[in-house]
Amino acid sequence: MSEVLVVVEATKEFGVKKVTLEMLTLARELGTPSAVVLGGAGAAEALSAKLGEYGAEKIYAAEGEEIDGYLVAPKATVVAELVKRVQPVAVLLASSQEGKEIAARLAVKLDNGILTDVVALAADGTATQVAFAGSTIVKSKVTKGLPLVTVRPNSLNPTPAAATPAVEQLAVSVTDADKLAKVVERVAEQKGSRPELTEASIVVSGGRGVGNADNFKLVEELADLLGGAVGASRAAVDSGFYPHQFQVGQTGKTVSPQLYVALGISGAIQHRAGMQTSKTIVAVNKDGEAPIFELADYGVVGDLFKIVPQAAEEIRKRK
Amino acid sequence: MNIVVLVKQVPDSGADRNLRPDDNTVDRGSANNVINEMDEYAIEEALKIKEAHGGEVTILTMGPDRATESIRKALSMGPDKAVHVVDDALHGSCAVATSKVLAAALGQLNADLVICGAESTDGRVQVMPHMIAERLGVAALTGARKLTVDGSTLTAERQTEEGYEVVTASTPAVVSVWDTINEPRYPSFKGIMAAKKKPVQTLSLGDLGVAPAEVGLDGATSAVLEHTKRPPRSGGEKITDEGEGGVKLVEFLATEKFV
Repeated sequence: MSEVLVVVEATKEFGVKKVTLEMLTLARELGTPSAVVLGGAGAAEALSAKLGEYGAEKIYAAEGEEIDGYLVAPKATVVAELVKRVQPVAVLLASSQEGKEIAARLAVKLDNGILTDVVALAADGTATQVAFAGSTIVKSKVTKGLPLVTVRPNSLNPTPAAATPAVEQLAVSVTDADKLAKVVERVAEQKGSRPELTEASIVVSGGRGVGNADNFKLVEELADLLGGAVGASRAAVDSGFYPHQFQVGQTGKTVSPQLYVALGISGAIQHRAGMQTSKTIVAVNKDGEAPIFELADYGVVGDLFKIVPQAAEEIRKRK
Repeated sequence: MNIVVLVKQVPDSGADRNLRPDDNTVDRGSANNVINEMDEYAIEEALKIKEAHGGEVTILTMGPDRATESIRKALSMGPDKAVHVVDDALHGSCAVATSKVLAAALGQLNADLVICGAESTDGRVQVMPHMIAERLGVAALTGARKLTVDGSTLTAERQTEEGYEVVTASTPAVVSVWDTINEPRYPSFKGIMAAKKKPVQTLSLGDLGVAPAEVGLDGATSAVLEHTKRPPRSGGEKITDEGEGGVKLVEFLATEKFV
């Protein structure tokens, strides 16, 4: 079978990201998955066991300062060369900022169509996308070149299929034009063991109703008890209650977890755009007329400062 | 510094948005069309740089005739002039073709700095800055939440999932910004009046040396095959807390096997 290139997303802290495992699972339906690791020295070594567990038959690795020290352009050059050499049947990247940016440059380099935020991809290349804040489902296809798609996290269930991948180191030959945007510092802000927001199975979000930054501890506590990530509405972020990288909505992250808990969030279109494809939605809000209740599978009208601590206590009791 | 800001007219994300049944493109005819919200932050950032370092700010829009409204609105915030790429053949252009057209227009404008919003609210594809930078062979500093200009050196803080990166480049460059970077100004009455007299140059595909066959639905590198409206969610059970709301919430979570 023909190769499917899966451009790996991973973090130093958590290793291979779940979306990568989803892409490997998807790639197995389309052909033989080959993982492409782009990162600092030794990156592929650290990730190879996990990538093999989910069916990567081969790992291409491009590593070092030339790759890691600049914004995406060198990565796109390496992947473009690889595509020309191995002629894959498809190239899958994560629908993250970096995944989309590498894909963007690949599309121009290869004069190839591109589809982003794909949630399903059939063997004939037909992709399913969710558009307009989750209100429209689109079937689409790349009509020039190979299927170059970015896959939205939490689109499918990753399943293991053991393989023993051979690692091939790629010769890195990036040009000066690829080194125009230099990364001079990387600062980690997200601390703790919470799952990454777009990949989490459970997300607990707070809105304006949380009142202040200190009260967000309540949101965090419930998230931790449920093993979920913490999110925030734009109103909460704009008011300085919680950092921007946790914003869920039209101008923030799009999440699609199994469970979304909205605390003190009215449910403006801005927010719904980022969460309404969640499987189960639960809301707590003091305003019974809040639009969030139109989406919620279960809603509690009342004071979140009474309801959330009581819920936390009840979960502890049941543990 | 010669700054060009990319502005896209999009259907208002606060209202119902649709694809057209006939050719599967975004229905702009029946929509309330507005400036892509993120682009207002790009305009503000450009104006701040001009105020601090001097230069000129030009709006560049590709879009149908009616995009003129958004161009005037953008100019009312303070930019000096605008360029409108308008051509019937552009209808239905894919991202790859759009980047070709915008890069061709930018090639004529000699920009030191191109600023745009990180994404548009209609497609949310987020690919344009890197596509344009790739075509022009210039640096792209994308997803900036802070931008510093020091002579020809640009330094940006770029939000990442783990925190942020500090990235640097020399002009010419493309910078894309998130809504955390500044607070866009409201157009003043004087600004609105002045915008009516500011020059708006129109360019056709012929002016840019791009063949009509390379753009539009015929030249697109991807196609929408079909589209359906997702059935709207319907609310489920709603209770009013009478002292047991938290417990009842957990009971629901337990029946759904989350607890």
